[in-house]
Amino acid sequence: MHILADGSHLLNLGRVDYLIFIVYFAFVLGIGAVIKRFIKTGDDFLLSGRSVPAWIAGLAFISANLGAQEMIGMSASGAQYGILTTHFYWLGAIPAMVFLGVFMIPFYYGSKARSVPEYLKLRFDEKTRGFNAFSFAFMTIMSSGISMYALSALLQILLGWNFNISLVVSALIVLIYTFLGGLTAAIYNEVLQFFLIVLGFLPLALLGLKDIGGWSGLMERLNGLSLANHYQPQTLTTLYRHLGSPHDNPMGVDWFSLVFGLGFVLSFGYWCTDFLVVQRAMAANSMGAARRTPLIAAFPKMLFPFIIILPGMIAAGLSYHAAHAAAADPSAYHLPMKNGEFDYNMTLPTLLGHYFPTGMLGIGLTALMASFMSGMAGNVTAFNSVWTYDIYEAYIRPGQSEQHYLQVGRAATIFGILASICAAYVANQFNNIMNLLQMVFGFVNAPLFATFVLGMFWRRSTGHGAFTGLVFGTLAAVAHYGLTLPLGEHPGVKGGWLLFGHAPLHVYDSGMAQSFVTAAWAFSVSFVVTLIVSLLTQRTKTDEELRGLVYALTPRIKEHETRFLARPAVLGAIVLGITLVLSIMFW
Amino acid sequence: MALDLRFPLGLMFVILGAIVTAVGIFKPQESLGIDINLWWGLVLLAFGAVMLLLAIFGKGGTRIKTGVVLENPEHLHPPH
Repeated sequence: MHILADGSHLLNLGRVDYLIFIVYFAFVLGIGAVIKRFIKTGDDFLLSGRSVPAWIAGLAFISANLGAQEMIGMSASGAQYGILTTHFYWLGAIPAMVFLGVFMIPFYYGSKARSVPEYLKLRFDEKTRGFNAFSFAFMTIMSSGISMYALSALLQILLGWNFNISLVVSALIVLIYTFLGGLTAAIYNEVLQFFLIVLGFLPLALLGLKDIGGWSGLMERLNGLSLANHYQPQTLTTLYRHLGSPHDNPMGVDWFSLVFGLGFVLSFGYWCTDFLVVQRAMAANSMGAARRTPLIAAFPKMLFPFIIILPGMIAAGLSYHAAHAAAADPSAYHLPMKNGEFDYNMTLPTLLGHYFPTGMLGIGLTALMASFMSGMAGNVTAFNSVWTYDIYEAYIRPGQSEQHYLQVGRAATIFGILASICAAYVANQFNNIMNLLQMVFGFVNAPLFATFVLGMFWRRSTGHGAFTGLVFGTLAAVAHYGLTLPLGEHPGVKGGWLLFGHAPLHVYDSGMAQSFVTAAWAFSVSFVVTLIVSLLTQRTKTDEELRGLVYALTPRIKEHETRFLARPAVLGAIVLGITLVLSIMFW
Repeated sequence: MALDLRFPLGLMFVILGAIVTAVGIFKPQESLGIDINLWWGLVLLAFGAVMLLLAIFGKGGTRIKTGVVLENPEHLHPPH
């Protein structure tokens, strides 16, 4: 992100906007302070004492995912790629969330594991757990640091606030409420944030639609924009019609890398194994509530494109019109420019500034800040649990009292925040947040999903198999990234670091296509290696030990006493059905 | 004692809604011919009020009681 040279900034706030910030942060900190009174043990602090009702866990589940990359990144992608961005939701999230709720939560929740790495310990062995615990701890700190960096950089551009002060103040706020209230405070605040985002950004989409002349006005402008960029007219307004070749669409992907790479590997790898989100379901107050958590979350996730991506598409449509209108209207909205190209990352903030007067502007900016900060808090609370249960209790000091682990959990919060601040300054070196995050996801989650699928549904898979598969899957991701490049890029952060001057094995049309295929390789190698090594090694866990951890050895959950509409399979079918209808409508 | 999330949620939106509505009334500003502060402020206010009413008069089942597992809807149904 850039800083305006003359120290000026994009938005001007009124006193009322500051008042709104103060009200919000007073509630955030107040919730932490009130919840502190209910926290007695390490499990209270790190797992909310497994007492969260389904609707709160569900909204926190979706909110924990609404971090830095989501609000800014997805509206930017909406402006750049149009409706194709919706693939990250309807294809790249909903099916995996339904799978998690219907098929995987019974093992996570039923095993009484307190974290994803701990499930791996119960199902496989110590080294598999350790591998996941350390890589996850690293990833959460990086993600949290990236959120902090992005928020501070944004506040500097938008409001002219000092980068270092914004960073320290936002870190301090997150530190105070997670230190006091642990996971429960983070979950409560995630629900506040969810409603702030929905109610803060919905009017933006509505005003934008009014401005551009309704849905038909939007379609007309985007078709014009598609043609202007040498694509078929409907490229930016349809989901699947222009995926035959990566050259046919601005994402630079074809249907195979999209469906297999994003829709299967990246999506299932993230939603089904990432402890950041799974932790919210583990904190639920019953098996039924835990299974409904991702399914309840899927409903808002399915509708988010209308408040996050749609404003981006409107911004692109309005900018195209402004550039081609006979008499340019200086007061009309247009995307800001940077180095002669559209600065897509500024899509959402500039829309806020354009449509919202002081008052609603305060609400919109509060929602934006809230999304960054809960992105941080989500990562920090997940880090706390993994650090305390899977690193400290496992390797450093096992067998201590509940009180001791509560202290350790609290101390981990401080350490996690400090490490995140360091990571924020590291993130300052990288320009493309989205790419960096996806690179990390591709390395960590994609091979892990193969481990889980085989672990949960094939009792013959062994600890040696899982561990070797994870290592080779991760190496495959590193190797694929190191041997290929996106079009027009040089070896470095974008890949190609193993080339040593040789030509890349393959040049992808975009960094996105490269990440999708990297993930696909990581998953496939991990799957095959786990399979082969498992067959070559002895099982170390008996059927009795695997009860509740593996599909075939776990008694089916009886559903006939649950209300029909509360049954996970029924909820899942409804969500999938609506998503399918939406996908066909915009096919 | 437990903290019903709907209470702080409702209270916060009532306060924020009142602030934004007040701006809309006393300093009307139109974007695209709509005083968005006034109208959306009322929406925020109404949402907050509904949450507060639910927190005060609504049925339980949404309360977090830390450390105690209560209100398991699956177990509320009488056995057949």
